[in-house]
Amino acid sequence: MKPQLQNEQEKVLNPTVVMEGKRGKRADGPWKIACKKIIRDKASMVGFVLLFLFLCLFLLAPVLPLQNPVEVNLAKRLQPIGTPGNMLGTDHLGRDMLSRLIWGGRVSVVIGFIAVGIALVFGTILGLVAGYFQRFFDTVIMRFMDILMAFPYVLLAIAIIAALGPGLLNTMIAVSIVGIPYYARIVRSSTLMYRNMEFVLAQRALGAGHWHIIVRHIFPNCLPPLIVAASLDVGWMILAASGMSFLGLGAQPPLAEWGVMLSEGQKYIRVAPHESLLPGLAIFLVVLSLNLVGDGLRDALDPKSK
Amino acid sequence: MAKLLQVTNLKKYFPVKKGLFRQTVSEVKAVDDVSFTLYEGETLGLVGESGCGKSTLGRTVLQLIKPTSGEVVYRGSNLTDMNFRELRPFRKEIQMIFQDPYASLNGRQTVKQILQEPFQIHQLYSRKEREERVQEILEKVGLNKEMSNRYPHEFSGGQRQRVGIARALMLEPSLIIADEPVSALDVSVQAQVINLMQDLQEQYKLTYLFIAHDLSVVKHFSTRVGVMYLGRMVELAEKSSLYKRPLHPYTKALLSAVPVPKVGSKRERIILEGDVPSPENPPTGCTFHTRCSYCMNVCKQERPNFKEVENGRFVACHLY
Repeated sequence: MKPQLQNEQEKVLNPTVVMEGKRGKRADGPWKIACKKIIRDKASMVGFVLLFLFLCLFLLAPVLPLQNPVEVNLAKRLQPIGTPGNMLGTDHLGRDMLSRLIWGGRVSVVIGFIAVGIALVFGTILGLVAGYFQRFFDTVIMRFMDILMAFPYVLLAIAIIAALGPGLLNTMIAVSIVGIPYYARIVRSSTLMYRNMEFVLAQRALGAGHWHIIVRHIFPNCLPPLIVAASLDVGWMILAASGMSFLGLGAQPPLAEWGVMLSEGQKYIRVAPHESLLPGLAIFLVVLSLNLVGDGLRDALDPKSK
Repeated sequence: MAKLLQVTNLKKYFPVKKGLFRQTVSEVKAVDDVSFTLYEGETLGLVGESGCGKSTLGRTVLQLIKPTSGEVVYRGSNLTDMNFRELRPFRKEIQMIFQDPYASLNGRQTVKQILQEPFQIHQLYSRKEREERVQEILEKVGLNKEMSNRYPHEFSGGQRQRVGIARALMLEPSLIIADEPVSALDVSVQAQVINLMQDLQEQYKLTYLFIAHDLSVVKHFSTRVGVMYLGRMVELAEKSSLYKRPLHPYTKALLSAVPVPKVGSKRERIILEGDVPSPENPPTGCTFHTRCSYCMNVCKQERPNFKEVENGRFVACHLY
């Protein structure tokens, strides 16, 4: 017992002894700590699992034994859920719902991620420039962002689509333009905070250029809030794009897309509720899982939460 | 002793902007007409209360903040006229240690990345040499070699400050501006870091501009001491003569505030009345006249020159 006690005492008296104990072991970085927090968070794990399953399903669509999502079979129209051969029934043109849902999910998820990606890239660049260089750049960029934010987002998206013409690609562009100001603001505020920290000053004293400081020091520190915003926004973008399609501005029939399916199905809601409820449910589940993931990331990347 | 750095009439005024169009309504005179010389191998301590412009002076010398006017001459080259590119070779010569060891290291880099970055910026050495130099310097500043893969959040304040010192030494500078390097640390660690800085000074033949507000730390560490008040240098002298016989009334008051570790020791405390005036609107004449017990009529009107009253001893006061 005694030698152990002595060892403990030594640890207290001499902090380097404690360090010796951990010798050689690579320590946890900020990202690894975040990962550990997420694994402990049940709600966000549910979100991750759900999202993972959805993504697998959408990715595997071409190899799954699915019927052609646009093949019309008028003899079998408006079949209810559970019909042999059409597990989730058929729509008003006799197309297989399961196949349309999965193929539609591919479109929606791709729109969501790409639209967020576009908004993220442009918003980040604008925010970094505005926050770092300040003065003229800040005024010009942020006033323009304010103008974009002053419009109701649906109205702005509709206006952009009206200018570009309806279609899937233009919808994606429209919803991502709507998203740019939010990212620009997040990045700008982080940049304003970090650009005056002493570690940035230390880089200037070492002779680092602006570009080096922005890319190596300010941008990595802006990442946590960006990741959170982006993960929450994928759901929002899917919803917005589906909304545009529902209004007939986005994806055009006969393409399988959840917004289009909802819009077509609503006419038959009394006779065949599944035609509109199923795509609605799909949107709900994907957006929910993305929100759970986003919330989990927010808690995990927040340095104040333990 | 050879001159290393000559600062002449250095001024830094920060504009105060107000109103709809952000017009400049006034100026904060953070550093107002400061001149001094740094000699090779010495440690010049710079003291003064908070807000007197010590840190701004340090940063202006390093050209992190461009001065409003005045000159900073390093080994015959005037740094104030230089642009970013021209300054780069001098970045290797003059380095800085910061006050807050928590804010001065990027939390998303490992110690190794932090210490190798100076080499990346200046494109020095091969990958292997960089690695070796990091190991070498870690040992010099009293850190374990195995710690190079860790992140700053795993270190104590004292250890972080050692990393900060190591980073400043990577480029083998001649002059280090230490901006309150120990004031964020607790007292036992302060002593360790100060001793480390002294050891390194001998090894690397460093010159320090040591900014602090703790008079006993400065007394222990410096060869000469400069006292600042409201953006101006009021007294500059050899350490021993300044601590033994302060000339400027402000220096006297400052030194009388240092606690004496002796039971029953009696000393005269000079209590200054009122607050430090705003640097946005400093008093006319001598900036200290509002609080000075020796204030004369001339003090209110004429600004005293910063002149050499004895050999190597500068004072800005009408009394001398």
